[in-house]
Amino acid sequence: MKKLMKGNEAIAEAAVRGGCRAFFGYPITPQNEIPEYLSKRLPEVGGCFIQAESEVSAINMVYGAAGSGARAMTSSSSPGISLKQEGISYICGAELPCVIVNMVRGGPGLGGIQPAQSDYFQTVKGGGHGDYHMLVYGPGSVQEALDIMYDAFDKADEYRMPVMILGDGMIGQIMEAVELPEMKDPATFPKKEWATDGTGIGANRRIVNSLYIEPDVLEAVNHRLFDRYATLAEKETRYEAYKVEDAEIVIVAYGTVARICKSAINMLREKGYKVGMIRPITLFPFPTKAIEAVASQECVKEFISVELSMGQMIEDVKLAVNGKKTVSFYGRTGGNVMSPEDVAEFIIAKENK
Amino acid sequence: MAVVFKKTSMLTDVPFHYCPGCGHGIAHRLVAECLEELNLQGKVVGIAPVGCAVFAYNYFNCDVQEAAHGRAPAVATGVKRCNPDKVVFAYQGDGDLASIGTAEIIHAAARGENITVIFINNAIYGMTGGQMAPTTLLGQKATTCQLGRNVALNGNPIRVSEMLATLDGPSYIARVALTDPANVTKAKRAIKKAFENQVAGKGFSMVEVLSPCPTNWGVSPIDAVKYVKEEMTKQFPLGVYKDC
Ligand SMILES: Cc1ncc(C[n+]2csc(CCOP(=O)(O)OP(=O)(O)O)c2C)c(N)n1
Ligand code: SF4
Repeated sequence: MKKLMKGNEAIAEAAVRGGCRAFFGYPITPQNEIPEYLSKRLPEVGGCFIQAESEVSAINMVYGAAGSGARAMTSSSSPGISLKQEGISYICGAELPCVIVNMVRGGPGLGGIQPAQSDYFQTVKGGGHGDYHMLVYGPGSVQEALDIMYDAFDKADEYRMPVMILGDGMIGQIMEAVELPEMKDPATFPKKEWATDGTGIGANRRIVNSLYIEPDVLEAVNHRLFDRYATLAEKETRYEAYKVEDAEIVIVAYGTVARICKSAINMLREKGYKVGMIRPITLFPFPTKAIEAVASQECVKEFISVELSMGQMIEDVKLAVNGKKTVSFYGRTGGNVMSPEDVAEFIIAKENK
Repeated sequence: MAVVFKKTSMLTDVPFHYCPGCGHGIAHRLVAECLEELNLQGKVVGIAPVGCAVFAYNYFNCDVQEAAHGRAPAVATGVKRCNPDKVVFAYQGDGDLASIGTAEIIHAAARGENITVIFINNAIYGMTGGQMAPTTLLGQKATTCQLGRNVALNGNPIRVSEMLATLDGPSYIARVALTDPANVTKAKRAIKKAFENQVAGKGFSMVEVLSPCPTNWGVSPIDAVKYVKEEMTKQFPLGVYKDC
């Protein structure tokens, strides 16, 4: 049976059903419904909820909980995620699985509280110090966000790395009818032999650590992480291709922007413009090969990256297109969201220049 | 042959990297002995700091997490809340706990987190080479206050035990000093109580340990101990600040 749910609450419920038993966070708009929901919901399933003193503390509580074997998560919005970057780097260095939700708002600075996608760089290019990445999803609907959250801990455990769900603010606030999955049984989760659950002594002591003082050892760790990212690219890359078979113009957009673009594409198709779209669902790994393949199609003339930013993902689009076709940009910022008509007008004006 | 002394089983056989005369080694041994005497083998998670004790994970014979600088109380909170039947302790220096990590220690204490914190106050940043700490005494020289700590320029040292004792959360807060056998025995008693409290579910306990750093104070180990006893204890009086 379908249920009408707000994005943030759907994500929170999916987290619990996906096995989350520990949440640590600090209030910030527009994601407050996640901690508010979990503060009530987690105790019902024997889980732990703490409103931390800051995002810095919250992410380090996640480090401790995840390092001792729990399915732990945090959520925040842009300024709070900036504060979490040190902790995220440590979590990646210590190879700990956890889930982080970022309901992105406009910046820089305190910015605004309206939807944005201006944390793309921070999220997929690092954000904190050192060579690392996370598995990053940019869901396009409440149902997709929920489904991704439901399996996020499995992915995090499999690859021993954080999964970040990058919502563009709107995803958290809109209400949609969703199908909720069954509660996963924690007894079926893989055993974590590496976790510091306190039973370690002598030869089977476990150490959760990101300090590697020997250069050769640290270099080997860096290579191990990047080998894992290569596996991710091979196995976990997800995207949706929409009407690209005969497209002359290909939009690349993610999150709710992709839904707006879909409406624009349908409007444009009625007017005879052959427009299609690649919608990355994973932002890291980025669907480079899919875009590369579309760029090689003879019918394709150009790409347009449509974003709620001044142009961040466009850099990855350009790397994927690799000079084969031109790549241009259309975006709004500050919390302003383009309408399908805006996108259509931009493309019509461009084509008739 | 009767065994009259043996090394505690809660320390590994890895030799300490600490300087001669450093208090960290003594503090490690006291913590490990208390854990053993309370029969906590196989039931402990330690949290190591960033500071000279960063390699504590090599020495304590238990599961250990290495925390980011100052964040040990938050990491310990995460571990303890998800493993309430285990004993969790954070081991921190004064830069770690009283400067970069002030928010974490205050709020862990205020929440009454059922953890044990061992706070090594050596009035200096040991690991990074002798910079001023939040606990550096007025007049004490450090590489970032070379003429001696000056109130106008550098502000006043922080008394953490007194500060935390004003909160309702903590169950036990004491300050001890590693200066002589009598005080080391007192230190051990305080550390043991801090762990017993956790086992009994009484909530947050912290033992502040005044500890010599001969290397960065630029004095001999003997003079360093004298400095703890004669100078540090004036700014940081020994005693029990909270016990309930
Ligand atoms: C975020 C961050 N800032 C600074 C440092 C550098 N740093 C390492 S140890 C340390 C001070 C440690 O002093 P203290 O906590 O007093 O411990 P001690 O070495 O004296 O035992 C500093 C500033 C760091 N590792 N991380
Ligand atoms: S520098 Fe100071 S605190 Fe660090 S090991 Fe040496 S004596 Fe101990």
